[in-house]
Amino acid sequence: MPFFKNFFGRRKAGSKETATERLRLVLIHDRMETSNTFFDDMKKELLGVISKYVEIDENLTKVNFNRSDTSVALEATIAIKNVKRPYQDRERS
Amino acid sequence: MAGRTIVITSGKGGVGKTTTTANLGAGLALLGKKVAVIDADIGLRNLDLALGLENRIVYHLVDVVEGNCKLRQALIKDKRFDNLSLLPAAQTREKDSVTPEQMKRLCDELRLEFDYVLMDSPAGIEHGFRNSVAGADEAIIVTTPEMAAVRDADRIVGILEAMEIEHPRLLINRMKMDMVRRNDMMDIEDILEILAIDLIGVVPYDEGIIVSANKGEPVVFNSRSIAGQAYKNIVRRLEGEDIPIMSLNGAPTFLERLKTLFSISKSKSS
Repeated sequence: MPFFKNFFGRRKAGSKETATERLRLVLIHDRMETSNTFFDDMKKELLGVISKYVEIDENLTKVNFNRSDTSVALEATIAIKNVKRPYQDRERS
Repeated sequence: MAGRTIVITSGKGGVGKTTTTANLGAGLALLGKKVAVIDADIGLRNLDLALGLENRIVYHLVDVVEGNCKLRQALIKDKRFDNLSLLPAAQTREKDSVTPEQMKRLCDELRLEFDYVLMDSPAGIEHGFRNSVAGADEAIIVTTPEMAAVRDADRIVGILEAMEIEHPRLLINRMKMDMVRRNDMMDIEDILEILAIDLIGVVPYDEGIIVSANKGEPVVFNSRSIAGQAYKNIVRRLEGEDIPIMSLNGAPTFLERLKTLFSISKSKSS
């Protein structure tokens, strides 16, 4: 009985999910913005870890936050100049 | 033993800081504690109205820090409880007529005499807010279940951390139970998950708050008020008691009762 299903069936989504989700995304942005060093610190550490394995071309490397209506993503393009060749062999021998 | 100094703050204006300060102060006084409430909103005095003490102001906070009067002379004793005192804000002065160091000294003086010193912070994150936090060692952040209020509360948490006030506690004000049930208002869990701080209490929306504000009587004096009961619970949590958060389900509406009835008969027939 579709009438009863609509009337008494599952509760409609409501606006609270929208509010919670929008708030979650805007706070990610707010929290990063309110610290001057947050992004630079993270980028420095991130590249530091990667540099242990490969040689990075810093000039061609980009790290950004990408915001859309539904998500925030950390996007990194890291240009590799060279790979440290003896890495694997050294571990095994 | 030195008393506790607690700042009541929010970031966003109009979420109920002053009402909260008045009711926590009155509630603690009801328990027999010696309480001083300070209106730190210089230029926009309001705590006097919430307590019904507006006609008895002679001296104010700025008079005290400038040495125009003794602290004792500026404190107004509540007519209902002589263990509740108000230090009113200056109405015609600038916010920067007080420094954080002066506020700290004032709080240290008050805590020698009182069990609790509650500071009603101005809205915003500017000078006046920083003054109100300067003398505090604890903080209660007031928010409502609205995006803007929660967002501002998050900012306040960050600033308080930087000012070395650890573990501020959250008070969610004006919760509308019927809207939560309709999924049209963020509930306690949503807000706590986003802010990731401890909860001191939830105060439901209650028209009685407006009535009591009109009369200048804190709602904790009204034993039939649901908001008054919520504030009393918060007071007991401040005192270290383990009081569960009030159920937000309240009495179901007629339609909801109908719905429940129908779903029972439906499950029986199937």
